[in-house]
Amino acid sequence: MSSQISGSHATAKVVFYNDPKFRSRFAQFLLLVAIGLFAYFAYENTSENLRKRNIAQGFGFWDVEAGFDISQTLIAYSAASSYGRAFWVGLLNTLLVSLVSIFFATILGFIIGILRLSRNWIVSRLAGIYIEVFRNIPLLLILYFWYGAVLGALPEPRDSLAIPGDIWLNNRGLLVPRPLITGDILYTVAALGIGIIGAYILARFARRRQAETGERLPVGWISTVLILGLPLLVYLGVGTPLGFDFPEKGRFNLTGGLNLAPEFVAMVVGLSTYTSAFIAETIRAGVLAVSKGQTEASQALGLSRGQTLRLVVVPQALRVIVPPLNSEYLSLTKNSSLGVSIGYPDLVNVFTGTVLNQTGQAIEMVSVTMLVYLTFSLLTSAFMNWFNKRVALVER
Amino acid sequence: MKKLILAAVISAASFGIATAASAGTLDNVKQKGQVVCGANPGTAGFGVPDQQGNWTGLDVEYCRAIAAAIFNDPTKAKFVPLSSKDRFTALASGEVDVLIRNSTWTMSRETTLGIIWAGINYYDGQGFIVNNKLGVKSAKELNGATICVQQGTTTELNVADYFRANKMEYKVVTFGTSEEALKAYDSGRCDSYTTDRSGLAADRLSMTKPDDHTILPEIISKEPLGPVVRQGDDQWLNLVKWVHNALLISEELGVTKANVDEMMKSENPEIKRLLGVEGKFGESLGLSNAWVVQIVKALGNYGEVFDRNVGPSSPLKLVRGSNALWNQGGLQYAPPIR
Repeated sequence: MSSQISGSHATAKVVFYNDPKFRSRFAQFLLLVAIGLFAYFAYENTSENLRKRNIAQGFGFWDVEAGFDISQTLIAYSAASSYGRAFWVGLLNTLLVSLVSIFFATILGFIIGILRLSRNWIVSRLAGIYIEVFRNIPLLLILYFWYGAVLGALPEPRDSLAIPGDIWLNNRGLLVPRPLITGDILYTVAALGIGIIGAYILARFARRRQAETGERLPVGWISTVLILGLPLLVYLGVGTPLGFDFPEKGRFNLTGGLNLAPEFVAMVVGLSTYTSAFIAETIRAGVLAVSKGQTEASQALGLSRGQTLRLVVVPQALRVIVPPLNSEYLSLTKNSSLGVSIGYPDLVNVFTGTVLNQTGQAIEMVSVTMLVYLTFSLLTSAFMNWFNKRVALVER
Repeated sequence: MKKLILAAVISAASFGIATAASAGTLDNVKQKGQVVCGANPGTAGFGVPDQQGNWTGLDVEYCRAIAAAIFNDPTKAKFVPLSSKDRFTALASGEVDVLIRNSTWTMSRETTLGIIWAGINYYDGQGFIVNNKLGVKSAKELNGATICVQQGTTTELNVADYFRANKMEYKVVTFGTSEEALKAYDSGRCDSYTTDRSGLAADRLSMTKPDDHTILPEIISKEPLGPVVRQGDDQWLNLVKWVHNALLISEELGVTKANVDEMMKSENPEIKRLLGVEGKFGESLGLSNAWVVQIVKALGNYGEVFDRNVGPSSPLKLVRGSNALWNQGGLQYAPPIR
């Protein structure tokens, strides 16, 4: 204000309603008010209608005892726990199956994508068939297929397949010995941490050294020893503080141990195979997007094929790959909601399914579930955007 | 902010509910020319379409009885198959006029869902089915078993209660529909499948080898099943309730599909009132006074409907048990028409 008064240049005074800035702000303000009013009306109208029809509303059910059980729980849960607890159980199950599937889908997709580009005709065709098959079948059918395959091909509990190392496989899932911490594990974990930090420092040192003197260190070998050998030494040194709970035969099934349920296995296999087909195509597109001149140039510089791929092609391909990869991850997370069809207790199964039915409060359940998936998607996007910035071309 | 999002989410739903005004269901049905019933997508004996697409079953015939009472035509009924999960929402939102679909009458459903039961057309209880090769003879021996169950049912809660009360361990695998849960049980994913015993009898017939499976003797819950309507329309509630009562009273008084015309000439005042020869009971429901004649001519009395669909004349061969009339040792009891 003061600068305007002290300023001597006389700008033509515009009436405020002719000021374009004011106009655009005012229009936006009106839109916001309209949206707000609409939302308020919808909210009021709904709660009024629900009240009239004696249908319960609100979040009072959250602390009420749930009364039903869930097959897979990452946190302590029983029928005596609350609906709110059941929500977290479902949420964690969704997270678990999504993260594990994303991990496998990425690896599988990368391999298939590279194979698709292979100069070997048969390998390239086989990868092509894989992609076309899984890309063109609805995910629900793929899940049914894997679930049926898992259930159909595996024996019943009393004829469990024994795999060396006290691992059992039957149509109730894969049973492995459950690790039990029997002593002080902290030192081993600390040693692992030190090993990783050491390897990181070593890598930086080696790079600087190579830049200065041109000499290279066997970084890979030293890092392996640091990351694996150091914790192992400590682990043995403090007297193997880890025991195992082995599966044993019970009346109906093997008890004890760690059980990977067939629903979980079928979900992971189904989601990974389906999404990996899309990821493979993304990878192929990314690699093909790097112009041939780049490869030729690096070969002219004397880089080996491996080095060309690792140092020249992949870093450039990643720029093309990362954004579509992000949406594949988002789809996978959302697709995990199909778990209900094969009995996997994810968020939609537990919360939008059972809890909704027991309480009858559809609006609350569905909005909470939508908020959860929105949050997942935004977090994944944020991470992938951060990663994309890191690999993006630095323009000078 | 949370409220805003919530509101945006529900806006569409809210308009749906607002238009489905619940008052005047009978007028609405008469105007449409048919009654729309929520039906079981496939439980033999209760509600299932046959190969020609004709719906059959005890619950289905209740819907036809309502159609016969209103239109004097049992075919003026439309069936909407609903899963356990969707049924109450479909009723509350006005998609169906009445829900007759093995639905258990519970307090929480009646106090929080805006719906009300019009009666109990089948007294049931929850049981377990197991494969014979497990050698299990009693539900008490199921400690450590894996159990398949359908979502959105009272069975999901009862099974948790039962195992908690008996201090037994179990694993539950929950499926969205009964078909999926049954398929999983049949393929060996679970040691046992649990639902109402009437449903188990029907499901057993759909297994790959029905004779390999046994229904255990224990009944672990009360499952009163019956027709459900929306709250706030007492005229419609009365109509559905009295169609059920009329079926029971007809059986009690010996009025059958075969003899209903003769019975019109009966001197018994109870029968006269039932068949509309005396009094204006039909009119007070918004129907014609011959409403019961219309029902019984089309379908017979409760005993006939039971026998044809789930009783000795059906593949299910269920005994009347609790569903016999009160004067024959059962629980089925109707207030008098007078």
